[in-house]
Amino acid sequence: MAIVYERSRGLTETEMHFCPGCTHGVIHKLVAEVLEELDIIGSTIGVASVGCSAFAYNYFACDMQQAAHGRAPAVATGIKRVHPHLAVFTYQGDGDLAAIGTAEIVHAAMRGEKITAIFANNAIYGMTGGQMAPTTLLGQKSTTSPQGRQKEMHGSPIRMAEMLATLDGCVYTERVMVADPASIAKAKRAIKKAFTLQLSGAGFTMVELLSTCPTNWGLSPVEAVGWLKENLVPCYPLGVYADKAEQKEATR
Amino acid sequence: MAKELWKGNEAVAEAAIRAGCRFFFGYPITPQNEIPEYFSRHMPEHDGVFLQAESEVAAINMAYGAAGCGARVMTSSSSPGISLKQEGISYMAGAELPVVIVNMMRGGPGLGSIAPAQSDYFQATRGGGNGDYRTVVLAPATIQEMTDLTQEAFDIADIYRIPVLIVADGMIGQMMEAVEWKQPKPRKLPKKSWATDGTKGKREHNIISSLFIDPKDCTLHNHRLQQKHDLITQHEIRFEEYLTDDAEILFVAYGTTARICQAAVLRLREAGVKAGVFRPISLWPFPEKELYDCANRAGVKAVLCAEMSMGQMIDDVKIALGGSKSVHFFGTGGGTCPTPAELTKAAQDALEGV
Repeated sequence: MAIVYERSRGLTETEMHFCPGCTHGVIHKLVAEVLEELDIIGSTIGVASVGCSAFAYNYFACDMQQAAHGRAPAVATGIKRVHPHLAVFTYQGDGDLAAIGTAEIVHAAMRGEKITAIFANNAIYGMTGGQMAPTTLLGQKSTTSPQGRQKEMHGSPIRMAEMLATLDGCVYTERVMVADPASIAKAKRAIKKAFTLQLSGAGFTMVELLSTCPTNWGLSPVEAVGWLKENLVPCYPLGVYADKAEQKEATR
Repeated sequence: MAKELWKGNEAVAEAAIRAGCRFFFGYPITPQNEIPEYFSRHMPEHDGVFLQAESEVAAINMAYGAAGCGARVMTSSSSPGISLKQEGISYMAGAELPVVIVNMMRGGPGLGSIAPAQSDYFQATRGGGNGDYRTVVLAPATIQEMTDLTQEAFDIADIYRIPVLIVADGMIGQMMEAVEWKQPKPRKLPKKSWATDGTKGKREHNIISSLFIDPKDCTLHNHRLQQKHDLITQHEIRFEEYLTDDAEILFVAYGTTARICQAAVLRLREAGVKAGVFRPISLWPFPEKELYDCANRAGVKAVLCAEMSMGQMIDDVKIALGGSKSVHFFGTGGGTCPTPAELTKAAQDALEGV
């Protein structure tokens, strides 16, 4: 019998801890498949962060380091400077990357650090139980914004893909979603492009993936996917925000 | 080998390069700026990497990443910057990463002053970060000793997989002294088979982590770390005694203060008072037994702990002496150094108070 689908070799056989319907598992799978397709599982070092992404080091089959909250891009910088020929990626959530780790991600991008940031944005702190994140939507209720996020009090959602795109060292950012087969296929293409650009030495790359948190959103997995499309996408438009490697090619 | 005149901050950087350090991540702060500046000039000559980070926080985490790859790596700062590095140092201790960290101490608390101080003793020896951990803390008193200890620091870090702090102060960092570059005694270093350098499809993945989510695992991890700490305490204690054989007044001091105490000892001896200095070189592990033995020799009438702080190492001195001797104290805080005259008087007062 022909095998039509199997677990990527880029993943270990460790059972994941994610809640039912959470899309972290999908994103892990996509990254793992890209590592396998590019044949770089043995020459990649990943950096897990803090949050639901903390255990990523158990799931990816490549060498892994676990970083302090928000510091994954700095840890990845240290790794890449020692091993400039290996692929290095961070796997971070929105609390980690867009709140406590803002300085680290901005400066890694500014330096044009040749790493890939896999940024899962579900607009909430998942691991700690559903607190407000800088990415939480206006009006969205969380355990620390029980009346809903208010602009006057908390400011407006932060758009990292757009922000980092303004930096010269950041050669590629794209925002995708993992909400249905078509968008998941597109997300994988973005991840593959980011890794390919990194390996070509182009500069800093980031893929922002809008993802679900059914548990802390208080929705069923199916409802969560619908909520993502109806609410997250209008605030966080999908698309490519930086693609400077191609621009360079075009102007040559 | 001929002696050369070196500034402390530059000498510690050069010593690191000679010890095989090829990765340095830092951030400017006075009075240690010549360290990153020296690396920025000379790392390229050795195909090494100097990187100025966006913060001390980022620098220590870059060092974490590089050390996790098995590289010899250093970062440096001064007191307020070391405070920012404490999170990373705790993670390094938890993940058992060999890193050498230099602290050219200045006055505190807060922004304090930029002048020499020793008020980070608690932070260095007790750990300013969270959790049960230790870092080896080496406190040189001269630039020569600092260069010698730098090689030692990297070896200790590699042998035990532990962060090692070299703590000096703005005085040692900023002054110039004669240095003779010595050939270090080679120590047997373990292979870094734990490092993340790509599986190459030939082994299971390596993981650098301080996370042990199951409390049973974390408890085991802590016990294992403690065994390591015990081993270090058995093997890595360093101290020096100066004219202690017949001393009736015994100074206990480290680093810059110990040197000033030596000047006071000579003055006291000229005046007919037999004085000596016990100088801990490793602040952790602290030379407890050695200090006890020294302070409890027949002739010792009084013990005087002197620090450029309001009294931090004195806790360890008291623990070491276990009530066998009363401990007098002389301290200067905030960035001023004691004078030989002040220390001489403090010693005379201590003897009179016996």
